[in-house]
Amino acid sequence: MSEITLQIDGKEVRAKEGATILEAAQGAGIFIPTLCHHEKLEPFGACRMCIVELEKRGSTQIVVSCVYQAADGLVVRTRSEKIDRVRRTILELLLAHAPDSFVLQDLAREYGADPNRFDKEGSFCIHCGLCVRTCAEVAKKNAIGFVGRGINKEISFIPEIAARECWDCKECFPLCPTEALQAAYLLAMGLRRPPARNSAPLKNSSWMST
Amino acid sequence: MERLNSPQELENFRREILSRRDPDMPCISVCVGSGCVASGANEVVEAFRSEIDKQGLETNVDTKGTGCPGFCERGPVVVIYPEEICYLQVTPEDVPEIVAETIQEKKVVERLLYVDPETGEKAVHESDISFYRNQERNLICNNIKIDSQKIEDYIANGGYSALSKVLGGMSPEQVLDEVKKSNLRGRGGAGFPAGIKWEGSRNAADPVKYVIVNADEGDPGAFMDRALLEGNPHSVLEGLIIGAYAVGAKEGYVYVRHEYPLAVRNITLAIEQAEARGLLGSNILGSDFEFRVMVNQGAGAFVCGESTALMTSLEGRAGEPRPKYVRSNVVGLWGRPSVLNNVETWANVPLIINNGSEWFTRIGTEGSKGTKIFSLVGKITNTGLVEVPMGITLREIVYKIGGGIPGGKKFKAIQTGGPSGGCIPEELLDLEVGFDELTRAGSMMGSGGMIVMDEDTCMVDTARYFIEFLTDESCGKCVPCREGLRQMHKILTNITEGRGNDGDIETLEVLSEAAGEAALCALGKSAPNPFLSTLKYFRDEYEAHIREKRCPAPSCKQLISYYIDPATCQGCAICVKKCPAGAIDGGKNRISIIDQEKCTKCGTCIEVCPSRFSAVRKISGEPVPPPVPEEERNIVRGSQKQ
Repeated sequence: MSEITLQIDGKEVRAKEGATILEAAQGAGIFIPTLCHHEKLEPFGACRMCIVELEKRGSTQIVVSCVYQAADGLVVRTRSEKIDRVRRTILELLLAHAPDSFVLQDLAREYGADPNRFDKEGSFCIHCGLCVRTCAEVAKKNAIGFVGRGINKEISFIPEIAARECWDCKECFPLCPTEALQAAYLLAMGLRRPPARNSAPLKNSSWMST
Repeated sequence: MERLNSPQELENFRREILSRRDPDMPCISVCVGSGCVASGANEVVEAFRSEIDKQGLETNVDTKGTGCPGFCERGPVVVIYPEEICYLQVTPEDVPEIVAETIQEKKVVERLLYVDPETGEKAVHESDISFYRNQERNLICNNIKIDSQKIEDYIANGGYSALSKVLGGMSPEQVLDEVKKSNLRGRGGAGFPAGIKWEGSRNAADPVKYVIVNADEGDPGAFMDRALLEGNPHSVLEGLIIGAYAVGAKEGYVYVRHEYPLAVRNITLAIEQAEARGLLGSNILGSDFEFRVMVNQGAGAFVCGESTALMTSLEGRAGEPRPKYVRSNVVGLWGRPSVLNNVETWANVPLIINNGSEWFTRIGTEGSKGTKIFSLVGKITNTGLVEVPMGITLREIVYKIGGGIPGGKKFKAIQTGGPSGGCIPEELLDLEVGFDELTRAGSMMGSGGMIVMDEDTCMVDTARYFIEFLTDESCGKCVPCREGLRQMHKILTNITEGRGNDGDIETLEVLSEAAGEAALCALGKSAPNPFLSTLKYFRDEYEAHIREKRCPAPSCKQLISYYIDPATCQGCAICVKKCPAGAIDGGKNRISIIDQEKCTKCGTCIEVCPSRFSAVRKISGEPVPPPVPEEERNIVRGSQKQ
């Protein structure tokens, strides 16, 4: 596969053709913050933390680096006043839901985000979809999905599948940027419903408290 | 139904239909579009049919239910041909008189005519009505002439002649070229040139391509696409077939919202009839061209009007926009090149092919050609659909066509472009209507909603309303839209309820920037517009709400009080009787006093207070004067005074 050369933050960066800007940056050791990206998963483009500025004929365009393909001669800036301001706003919006998330707190320090800017709406989940997509794309179990739409959207385990599959998998748990609180909570809620007659009974539920 | 196997057979069929018709035979056209049906149009059609039957006239008179001619304000609309006599707000009770007078005696029933509110003159013909006179109706004009469920009616009116012209001797490249030269821009909102979109798909390497009609019209108060799809479905279909030919598609979809049952029925019927006539399917009009169309019903999500969300939904998944930076005319539905255009864009195609791109480009501004249908609603005398040439000024639309603001109120703003459009103030009323012109003014063309607001409308509350709509309709995928709108809605609600703080405007601006710059799709990117445009033109209203807890309109319930002026109250006690909350103390010849604790601010008192007294006022930003002491409330009339 042929290589391309682009400029990120003033640095010449080489990348494989077809790579995203994020992949090109990561290959060159340039950090771009992400919340919903995972190398094993299809680009999702939901958290918008990985926005970068492209310089094009004198004007700039903001794109998300996890989706936008790197191209020869592209001039990319991973930080600017505007980008930092938008990232700060995104973090402040998410901290209203998950104020205790270490991932968010670390980034908040970096970008000067005020965790108390917006009223708390403690739902913990920040809709990064890592659990849902890992379950669908990697584990291929589809035990968890999104339900509802817009501000009412939630992640939810499908009890019938979860009761059968999740015990031995739990691949999604460590990925949750809000410390798996919501995922574990919802899983527990899902499993609390009466199990189907022919499904295996749970051996114990002690993991819930760990 | 007999198949038509060549353009010539179509022409012969057209002549045959026309030869069977007597142009002098009376024809009663009743609009049975959704608006008129809601006001009883189906009953009117039934009444006409039974009355004609009763009078033994069934062989001499044709009665049909047609599409919407646009004057929904005065529905049900009835037009009687060949004289084109137009009756408005017709009820079944009017029918015997119309049949006896107009059909049998050739006399006009004066009381059902349109009366010009300014001149007092009566308008006999549709074209005499000021609402219609100032329009340029190329697309919607056939609606009232055509039985929307009969392909024969469409063909008799020249329908499918553009398709016949295309298949009779134009190459796909020639069709593409004509559409490109017309500079037809997408009527769904973005205004992307249709010809360029088509060309991108045509040139894409993938041999499987799709064409799609976006009929997921979701803007509050907008119903242009519904009127076309219900009223003249074949015109949309004909445009789609021509587009498929130009692009090289063999399959097409009509994505229409489930809430438009009549549109679903009529377009489904139109497809069946076109298939039976050989205008869809294999060997269309005897050529090698093959094309099929399916109807898909959307479940009512506003975001599914966004092209990539619509395609995701068509594929059977949750309607969320795609994050990819690739145009859907190259990688679209099921990863194939897909041309998606709005209903009105497709309906323009047959006109361009028939009349040529030069005819089309003679109308309009530099960047926006042709006509555009708007749905004119809100505080306007003539509500309805208006089709106007691009370049007409907003003032002409509001005053010449719309008849101005009712009730002697002052114009305040016109909201264009749907929920994520913007509000344009009075000083910009001479703005020419066009894609780029409206964008420059901080609003947008959108799909064509126009909501007129008068002086009683609070602009902060207007922004809050539209942001609330968009918050509800956000798909929830990306953070700046889902979370940003949630917070914007909260802050705007606080401001309208008197809980605004210094710094709220700045927070809203920061949230607007995040959504505008970083949201995933057009819905999120344009969502802050209702706030940004009202802030731009009506900043003083925001400041009054936040700093003085005052609503200048005055309209925000939490910030107003109703007060009866003791100097003008005549003690008629109507308000006392009508107040649903029992909040008014008073009686005959006693000054009425509103108990502010009990008042629910429903506004009934202001409505019922006789206009010659006009004693009820709305107060905002200042304390309500203390009530007149009990012993001073008796009103002493002049004649009783000593």
